[in-house]
Amino acid sequence: MLSSLTPHLPALQVVIPLIAAPLCTLFVNRHLAWAIAFTASVAAFLVSALLLASVLDGAVISYQLGGWAPPWGIEYRIDAANAFVLFIVSLIGALVLPYARQSIEREFDASTHTYFYTCYLLSLTGFLGVAATGDAFNVFVFLEISSLSSYALVAFGAKRDRRALTAAYNYLIMGTIGATFFVIGLGFLYMVTGTLNMADLAVRLDDVGDTRVTRVAFVFILVGVGLKLAMFPLHLWLPNAYSYAPPPAAAFLAATATKVALYVLLRFMFTIFQFDHPIQGLTFEYVVMPLAIAAMFAASIAAVFQEDIKRLLAYSSIAQVGYMLLGVALLTETGLTAGIIHLFNHAVTKGALFLAVGCFVYQVGSSRLGDLKGIGKTMPWTTAAFAAGGLSLIGVPLTVGFISKWYLIQASLEAGSLLIAGLIVASSLIAMVYVWRIIEVAYLEPAPEGREAKEAPLSMILPTYALVAASLYFGINSELTSNAASVAANALFSATNLASEGASH
Amino acid sequence: MSPELAITLTVLLPAAATLLLAAFDKQPNLREAVSLLTAGALFIIILGLLQTVLDGAQPTAHWFDVLPGLSLTFEIEPLGMLFGVIASGLWIVTTLYSIGYMRGNKETKQTRFYICFAIAISATMGIAFAANMFTLFIFYEVLTLSTYPLVAHKETDAARKGARTYMGILVTTSIGFQLVAIVWTWVVAGTLDFEQGGILADKIDPTLLPFLLALYAFGIGKAALMPFHRWLPAAMVAPTPVSALLHAVAVVKAGVFTMLKVGVYIFGIDLLATTGAADWLMWLAAFSILAASVVAMTKDNLKARLAYSTISQLSYITLGVALATSLGVMGGAIQIAMHAMGKITLFMCAGAIYVATHKTEISDMDGLGRVMPFTYGAFFIGALSIIGLPPLGGAWTKWYLMLGAADAGQIIMVAVFMVSSLLNIAYLLPVVARGFFMGSTGPVAHSSGAAVAPTKGIQEAPLWCVVPPCLTAIGCLLLFFYVGDIYTLIEPVAFPEGRPQP
Repeated sequence: MLSSLTPHLPALQVVIPLIAAPLCTLFVNRHLAWAIAFTASVAAFLVSALLLASVLDGAVISYQLGGWAPPWGIEYRIDAANAFVLFIVSLIGALVLPYARQSIEREFDASTHTYFYTCYLLSLTGFLGVAATGDAFNVFVFLEISSLSSYALVAFGAKRDRRALTAAYNYLIMGTIGATFFVIGLGFLYMVTGTLNMADLAVRLDDVGDTRVTRVAFVFILVGVGLKLAMFPLHLWLPNAYSYAPPPAAAFLAATATKVALYVLLRFMFTIFQFDHPIQGLTFEYVVMPLAIAAMFAASIAAVFQEDIKRLLAYSSIAQVGYMLLGVALLTETGLTAGIIHLFNHAVTKGALFLAVGCFVYQVGSSRLGDLKGIGKTMPWTTAAFAAGGLSLIGVPLTVGFISKWYLIQASLEAGSLLIAGLIVASSLIAMVYVWRIIEVAYLEPAPEGREAKEAPLSMILPTYALVAASLYFGINSELTSNAASVAANALFSATNLASEGASH
Repeated sequence: MSPELAITLTVLLPAAATLLLAAFDKQPNLREAVSLLTAGALFIIILGLLQTVLDGAQPTAHWFDVLPGLSLTFEIEPLGMLFGVIASGLWIVTTLYSIGYMRGNKETKQTRFYICFAIAISATMGIAFAANMFTLFIFYEVLTLSTYPLVAHKETDAARKGARTYMGILVTTSIGFQLVAIVWTWVVAGTLDFEQGGILADKIDPTLLPFLLALYAFGIGKAALMPFHRWLPAAMVAPTPVSALLHAVAVVKAGVFTMLKVGVYIFGIDLLATTGAADWLMWLAAFSILAASVVAMTKDNLKARLAYSTISQLSYITLGVALATSLGVMGGAIQIAMHAMGKITLFMCAGAIYVATHKTEISDMDGLGRVMPFTYGAFFIGALSIIGLPPLGGAWTKWYLMLGAADAGQIIMVAVFMVSSLLNIAYLLPVVARGFFMGSTGPVAHSSGAAVAPTKGIQEAPLWCVVPPCLTAIGCLLLFFYVGDIYTLIEPVAFPEGRPQP
């Protein structure tokens, strides 16, 4: 029976969480809802692992939804690039749920739990759909599914802090502006090509050549995705959204949302627009790269001055998006590899960090630095997990952060720019400052009298440590991630697999 | 035991011992027994490896690839062997000393102390035996991180501040410069393996060489080349055993050892000599030697004075590399051994004085020599070795380095070594002279509470604070006579084309 399902894996990847989502609300019992959500997310993870395994050799899986052949029907198309993204998204998705159960049990009214799980699964569905689909308009649909449910997830934080509502509202407004830009860009593309299938678009766009319309489309899409991606200076929604969202939601979104948006950017910029499209080089060299560098510094420096750890991590995320964009903007294969591998590595690291902070919030009731003095003594496991994640942010060897830094520096040196390499390391040194502030407070300050914090429950510690372990394992043996990233980069860079096959249809 | 397993064990054994150390948190005697046994076992394994290397073999151990083409691999060559023997041998002595010092001072969190210490030794072994720059860099960073809790040990504001400077400078230099240099080397040379004669010849525009060398020289912050030396005095807030083993031997020697490795196996002495890429480094090292000595003279705090002395002495090795001659490399390698033995003696004596009297300032130590004659005797011998007087090991350092300088035609550098020796005398011997000859009138306050008149006889620190420095002082003496063994060990590296004919 299993083998008969194998050809349908690309569809199952999206359909499983999509079907499970309403079920969570239909079965009113919150424990049952959790069980459904967890089962669905684990199933999605298994599917993504199978998909990744089958495309790592450079193969491409094309799946025609409902049997309608592209370019008329919707096509799901899995290559190394999106299989890798599917893998990391569903991995985080499955790990956060066991954690979320304990956390929201304490935080929310029992009656709202089922809604949380529904939103969570819808959000997961959206992210997976964006990554899996080979249809440009389908990307927009899934992007909106994920975004709308993310707004709701952030708003769930209102139980603890009413400001979560304004944060969610801001996120909604900004996200919708982004979506609008994106869909207008798509409209232009449809106008000049008459198709929405990515492979078909790539071929036809090549025939259209460099016109004003394609240029405008390019820029609209860049801005639209840039908003979702928190590309500096379009990041303003992010710090509030991540700091007021409930911890499990913050961990999930921080690890996945911007990563999926980056994937969309890569797909549109490098597959649909051909690599040698004139506007490509100009935009990346004179717009994206300076913005990426600005993000690395501005956001890192902002992070240094935060008093709330969640907010600090949120600013750090903006800086890390800068690293990814910088790698991409070098427009070389190594650069692209660096960007993609950092996408994975940062998802793992930031996921672990947000989960650890969630444990602090669970026990201490706050994530402010001043409330966490000497926490290393009372919550040694959580603090150790946080420290390990922090070291990875800095880029210390034997963590995934180091692998990312290595690739980024290598890419910039290969591109002949010692200056960029210097900027990369300089900004990681700022990361050291903000990480070390926390480590000093946690380990070297005396704990205040009367704080009764003990170690977080095992169901929260274990998922945290799963991600910490991943961020160490892939830092020590990066074979899987380097391989997947370079195959993915190769697939995007040569951009031949879509175009040439698209032509043969 | 196969050499491959032995190499793996040298790195893993101290790391594995940390589990036992943690398990015996509440039983100090068992915990210290574990430390001692591990140190002993490590030294025996290394002696076994030494035999293999002296037989001409270069055993290797491959662990696994971290990145495609970049692996954690170990290969024992003579320089690393020398460093490994010194660090592991002195670890035994320091463990004995730690027991006396930490208990005598009633320090807290001793388990954490011993655990971090063991990890630091493990990392030091990794550095000593690394077969490529990538492996070396990884253990270099592990060493920095594992010593941070040791520096911050007291958890006071001063300790926190010192530890922050320590981490800040070491990580800034290693990630800011060294990592870039390593990736750059990787991009141009396509390999990071240490190879006799270097890997950079013909791979890089010679005009860029001095710049790459600068990234390495400043990136190896542990070598304490000015202006990135501030971390070393800052690290002196740590308990004295840490200053003794780590900041006189393991950490700083890891720095200059890396410098030697980079000079010999990455650039290659010939390349440095023909392109003159290291000329600027020679001048900077000379400046470091003299400037740090002058600063040392102004320090009244004994450990601070020793720290600046270390900065000065480390630059001997950097200078040896920068001379880009075989004799310079030989002198640098010998200095690793001689300075380690001499400086650890001095630090352990400083610690013994602190345990016995809680004095840290030299001006308060008048007349102490007559109360603590063994400690001061050991200090005197260590000081003479640092100064470079026969029959103490340090004499050979100056001998070979001056030969190397003369060989390179750098007469000014010969003068630098001479002036530096005079400065050594000026800042080390007054400590001894004050101890023995001054303050004969007043009573000396002793930690036993009562004011003890100097005539009341000997009041030494606890036994295990005094025996180790005496042992290493004897070591300084022995090294003078056994320098030939070190010479034979290093010869294939310094003189790949055979011993020079006079």
